[in-house]
Amino acid sequence: MAETTTVTDGIHYHQHDVVIVGAGGAGMRAAIEAAPKASTAVITKLYPTRSHTGAAQGGMAAALANVEEDSNEWHTYDTVKGGDYLTDQDSAEILTREAIDAVYDLENMGLPFNRTPEGKIDQRRFGGHTRDHGKAPVRRACYAADRTGHMILQTLYQNCVKHGVEFFNEFYALDLVMAEVDGVQRVSGIVAYELATGEIHVFQGKSVVFATGGFGKIFKTTSNAHTLTGDGVGIIWRKGLPLEDMEFYQFHPTGLAGLGILLTEGARGEGAILRNASGERFMERYAPTIKDLAPRDIVARSMVQEVLDGRGAGPNKDYVYLDTTHLGAEVLETKLPDITEFARTYLGVDPVTERVPVYPTAHYAMGGIPTNNDAEVLSDNDTVVPGLYAAGECACVSVHGANRLGTNSLLDINVFGKRAGNNAVAYALGADFVPLPTGAADGVVKLLAQLREGTGTESVAEIRKALQETMDRNAQVFRTEETLQTALDDIAALRERYPNVRIHDRGRRFNTDLLEAVELGFLLDLAEVLVVSAINRKESRGAHMRDDFPKRDDETYMLHTMAYRTDAGAAGAQGIRLDWKPVRVTHYQPQERKY
Amino acid sequence: MSDDEKKNEDSKGFEGAAETGDPTAQADAAAEATTADAQSAMSSSGTSAEPAGSAAEAADRDVEPAPAAAAEPVEAPQSFPVTVIVRRYDPEVDDEPRWVDYDVQMYPTERILDALHRIKWEQDPSLAFRRSCAHGVCGSDAMRINGKNRLACKALVKDFDTSKPIYVEAIKGLPLEKDLIVNMEPFFDSFREIQPFLQATGKPEKERHQTIAQRERFDDTTKCILCAACTTSCPVFWTDGQYFGPAAIVNAHRFIFDSRDEASQVRLDILNDQEGVWRCRTTFNCTDACPRGIQVTKAIAEVKQAMMTGVKL
Repeated sequence: MAETTTVTDGIHYHQHDVVIVGAGGAGMRAAIEAAPKASTAVITKLYPTRSHTGAAQGGMAAALANVEEDSNEWHTYDTVKGGDYLTDQDSAEILTREAIDAVYDLENMGLPFNRTPEGKIDQRRFGGHTRDHGKAPVRRACYAADRTGHMILQTLYQNCVKHGVEFFNEFYALDLVMAEVDGVQRVSGIVAYELATGEIHVFQGKSVVFATGGFGKIFKTTSNAHTLTGDGVGIIWRKGLPLEDMEFYQFHPTGLAGLGILLTEGARGEGAILRNASGERFMERYAPTIKDLAPRDIVARSMVQEVLDGRGAGPNKDYVYLDTTHLGAEVLETKLPDITEFARTYLGVDPVTERVPVYPTAHYAMGGIPTNNDAEVLSDNDTVVPGLYAAGECACVSVHGANRLGTNSLLDINVFGKRAGNNAVAYALGADFVPLPTGAADGVVKLLAQLREGTGTESVAEIRKALQETMDRNAQVFRTEETLQTALDDIAALRERYPNVRIHDRGRRFNTDLLEAVELGFLLDLAEVLVVSAINRKESRGAHMRDDFPKRDDETYMLHTMAYRTDAGAAGAQGIRLDWKPVRVTHYQPQERKY
Repeated sequence: MSDDEKKNEDSKGFEGAAETGDPTAQADAAAEATTADAQSAMSSSGTSAEPAGSAAEAADRDVEPAPAAAAEPVEAPQSFPVTVIVRRYDPEVDDEPRWVDYDVQMYPTERILDALHRIKWEQDPSLAFRRSCAHGVCGSDAMRINGKNRLACKALVKDFDTSKPIYVEAIKGLPLEKDLIVNMEPFFDSFREIQPFLQATGKPEKERHQTIAQRERFDDTTKCILCAACTTSCPVFWTDGQYFGPAAIVNAHRFIFDSRDEASQVRLDILNDQEGVWRCRTTFNCTDACPRGIQVTKAIAEVKQAMMTGVKL
């Protein structure tokens, strides 16, 4: 096993067989596979238990059939249809087939799932998950109250402790190191910034796994944590590797109005109902069969449509209600305790007796770093980058297509996190280290020095706020060429201001001022890729709703978007080249999507 | 960090505060005095995670004739000035911590975390604190606010008397690193020591079975988010950093009372140590501080009980 540390010219050099970036669900699931077999380091911006996996609430889908008839084929169908037929169907088959063992793995590791009267793992309904190809909602989501993500994160961390996984906590990965060997670009390691000391660390690894999560902070109203700034996806992008399907960003229907804090879809799974200002159950008009349990893209659009049509509630008629009052205190306290408390704490509304104001909130990136089914990162439509893996929200397999189903992300991190860990360690055991190129850390040293020593006058917080506001206004649930172009112009103007940001904290220790400036750079990059990809897709599919092209166009767009960074950028803009990648279809031909 | 180093850091922090006149000392005493009341109120609400009082409020609402009253704000709330006094410390510059005043415009339903962000983003970007999820599930932003451990993202402005300043400082008993950031390693070391993972022999084909009642037995302690609010509110931990602390015991409890686990005795032996559960003086600070509403003191008592009479699942 390789595991050494040296310091040269103030830079720390480490060697590990497997280097995992990110300690959320996917990263830790990968670590549990890799650590027992080879020297494994997990580089994480946050203490592992702070990761946003812990904020996931409702459940993890798997056709266990513990409470009613179910099959993983039905689950595959739902996932493909839910993804508006942009889902790669062979990947979805893997996801739903391996779901069952993924849940048993977690239970065996100690996860305290809710139980049926027979002592088996209990299951609940969730949006878009149906019996026999759309006939009725099915109980498929395995859950632990409304803190399933918390339990997964804790259980995975507990098992990392058990296996002695080595964590580098509050180490912020800033660059991927690659080197050419025999004409092929291979992974050599990563460069990280230690928040506590301001020191630079190079982690050389035979294989590297990216499990860095999402980038919801490009939006203002979001369920995402402050720290979800897309650093990992941004690093890959800056390396010239492609990003897939970035225009597909999910807005979760039930964020607490004005705040964006998530209220699980599991509430509707337990019977909660969305109502407009007049109390009408409006989802009956939009999805007559499964109503409030339609997939998220449809529910979010329906809610926004209600508000646009003047049926919104509240003094500004700008939200709708989640009605849980008929569920009773017992169900709320035992199955939905956390969201009950969120509503009480943050809105002063008691879900036992009052309807809760809700509105869609930016939630999840369907797109990201393209991978194959083995979690290997791709440098084009099908060429693997040797030694580089990605899993979880940062990756795009694509199992979620144009719209992810609820409970499929906790599943994704477990299935593809495990695959990433297994494959990364197998690769590392059969490979040598790729020598670090000279000056491996130069790029990061330069980036940090430029920011830290800059003499500009721009405020990081102001630029970020302006970015988030234009994204909320122009690239949210409904989009048009015009709004997207406005967003793009705004982003270009902000990018011009960005090099002049002023860092006030010139110190080394816990320089969160510097950290936020670096994060902003990634946010700007990714917002632009999202908007450019969205302008290019002149159809409506899943979460990407173009008012000017309201129909799905399978003739032209049954394809994944592949975005590449190029050198030639206009003023303020990056050079972005767009290409397409075919969707892999196995059994399900595109059909009209009705619920 | 060795124990001696840790003690030095601690005492430095304490003396620094004493010299500048610790403005939270009174609040501290007040918090201790009301702890017993708060505890009895919480016990009466059974296993509910809700703060005392919500049950009564709910009952009030029940008598309203409307079955499902929609929450309609009567008028838009107004923002108002709040003074937040933060204990700043940058070891690269400061010899000792210092209290710094900031005036911020706040809305009543905003969080103390929002106030800190407003300071950082509009007045002084060098202010350092941890935060992530901003709604009480990640455990990053445990702080001492007016002398009481809270998560900054769960402490709302309206719950404070804003005619007076709000004091914010780092949690106590862990080495202070910068401003509101402490070194969390000793805390996680204690967590890791109690073997916080399921230990069960045999590999079942599917899930291990567990009845609803068996699952319920340890539900309360599964809620822990490792924020350290409990451990760093504990007077025993302040004076003896070797004490495992409430959070580690809570996590031991989570496994000791899990019907699937086979290593309860191992953990009980670990906690029977002189730095284990017997150091607990039942001051209930931990229960009061827990942002997840875990009955921490009760969990500690159950672990003590199990040592004497065996584990009752």
